Amino acid sequence: MGRPSESDSGAAPYNFGGDWVPSQLEIARRAARKTRNFRNSIIAVASSIVVIGGLALIAVTSPGWKSLSDTFFAWAYGVEVLPKIILGFGTNITLTLIASTCVAILGLSIALIRTSRSPALAPFRILATLYVDVFRGIPMLLVILLVGFGIPALRIQGLTNNVLILGTIAVIITYTAYVAEVIRSGILTIHPSQRAAARSLGLSHFQSLRYVVLPQAFRRVTPPLLNDLVALIKDTGLVSILGVTDAVRAAQIASSRSFNYTPYVMAAIIFLLVTIPLTRFTDRTLRRSIERQNATGVA
Amino acid sequence: MSQPVLEVKQLRKSYGSEVVLEDISFTVPVHTATVFIGSSGSGKSTLLRCINLLDQIDDGSIVLDGEDITAVGADVDKVRRKLGIVFQSFNLFPHMKVIDNITLAPMKVQGISRELARENAYKLLDRFGLHDKAENYPDRLSGGQQQRVAIIRSIAVAPRLLLLDEITSALDPVLVNEVLSTVRDLKIEGMTMVLATHEMGFAKQVADEVCFLHHGKILEWGTPSQILEAPKQPETKEFLKRVHEAGRL
Ligand SMILES: Nc1ncnc2c1ncn2[C@@H]1O[C@H](COP(=O)(O)OP(=O)(O)OP(=O)(O)O)[C@@H](O)[C@H]1O
Ligand SMILES: [Mg+2]
Repeated sequence: MGRPSESDSGAAPYNFGGDWVPSQLEIARRAARKTRNFRNSIIAVASSIVVIGGLALIAVTSPGWKSLSDTFFAWAYGVEVLPKIILGFGTNITLTLIASTCVAILGLSIALIRTSRSPALAPFRILATLYVDVFRGIPMLLVILLVGFGIPALRIQGLTNNVLILGTIAVIITYTAYVAEVIRSGILTIHPSQRAAARSLGLSHFQSLRYVVLPQAFRRVTPPLLNDLVALIKDTGLVSILGVTDAVRAAQIASSRSFNYTPYVMAAIIFLLVTIPLTRFTDRTLRRSIERQNATGVA
Repeated sequence: MSQPVLEVKQLRKSYGSEVVLEDISFTVPVHTATVFIGSSGSGKSTLLRCINLLDQIDDGSIVLDGEDITAVGADVDKVRRKLGIVFQSFNLFPHMKVIDNITLAPMKVQGISRELARENAYKLLDRFGLHDKAENYPDRLSGGQQQRVAIIRSIAVAPRLLLLDEITSALDPVLVNEVLSTVRDLKIEGMTMVLATHEMGFAKQVADEVCFLHHGKILEWGTPSQILEAPKQPETKEFLKRVHEAGRL
């Protein structure tokens, strides 16, 4: 075992001083472990080749493969339209950055309002609850249509008709509802004794939140929030329905011009290039946060 | 005689229809320790929580340094700055290093500079033999060390009165002593304290006055030797006998 990681520190957690030389027994054990690990990796590689290779073979030799690859994997055409799709994807990224910032601020505010107990905030609590219930229960596509086509139909002076802005607002409205709930659940999982300890030290209600409750809550909800970020990136594609030229819309235009679906595949690949690393990162964060929680116990 | 630090008068507290504390009156002069003993559920924790205004009382009053802290319009945050409380379950902040646990209140509540707060914190950690733990997170400490950090955290704001709620009952017997000796040191330095404890030996050592709480009432009170060695009430005798049988005397 060359990798010195904490999880396999079955070796020697305590240093009793002096030079420790592994016993014959331990040396034999390590050798056996090494052989077993080596054998396991060989098996894993071999079985992967057989299974995945087999599936690929079945696909390629099937009768429909020719027309399938012509329709979806016409790479020459794909490369030709790629710049347009990448340009459109810039819109998705911009939208994601703006929306996630707004959603973070608004979601936190709503979570704080919903978890507050001050009587002065009672009406806001009711409104916040209503808001969350409504917008978590409506398909986002509907919200986008309502905001994107409905608001211009009002013909109110001074209100924007820019579909990009309206689409962004629709995305923000929906995701704020999700994120507020995630943050609220994080706040609720912090044991009341933590707040009691903070308050008993003389910290005000706000200071207790700021220094004691929220930092712990955020640590717990980072993995679900990252999940929501991945979902947000994908869902920005939905604003294409308003005519915003994002990656999806760009692919749609290119595809309808040639009756070939490769542009859609290209757009999908571009989304994956961003979302897969982010998903892996989320997984790692989640694993770490579970490890940390197990180490801390219920403190 | 100078003004007492704490004066509790006819305090009453109930949860719903269950009366938890009734007609509680006692006085804690400066530099003394008052120890509450009594079986589980007799109301010790509730009393300390009421004094710290973490729970609202139903009747009576609590006077701290001559000021009625249960009066309408009393500044809760200001009152709490004068009181330190240490809980049975430590309640350290797990996301902060030991040193930051200790400096948080001095910096944010008292407005002391970071450098000065850290300097003071290190002095306290030194004194209680925890200097090398300053940069650790609480979960890397033993239970006894965590509880001592909790004590240091609560005295870092120089409270007028320290409330200690069964601070050793979550600890191994071996770790109990290091925590208790910390409290003894504080007593010697003149800290005024109210404690709830199951450790009768310890009560005998630090207490100036012992109160026996039974079903939410102070049934008997007096010097440690009066209460622990020559109790008059049958309930007190019964309680001490049970504690003795459990091997804690
Ligand atoms: N938040 C609460 N709501 C309702 N009842 C409560 C609450 N807190 C405490 N009680 C009740 O008040 C009574 C006294 O509880 P308290 O925790 O003060 O006892 P204690 O003397 O500290 O006991 P222990 O020695 O086990 O810590 C108990 O009967 C308990 O059930
Ligand atoms: Mg208790």
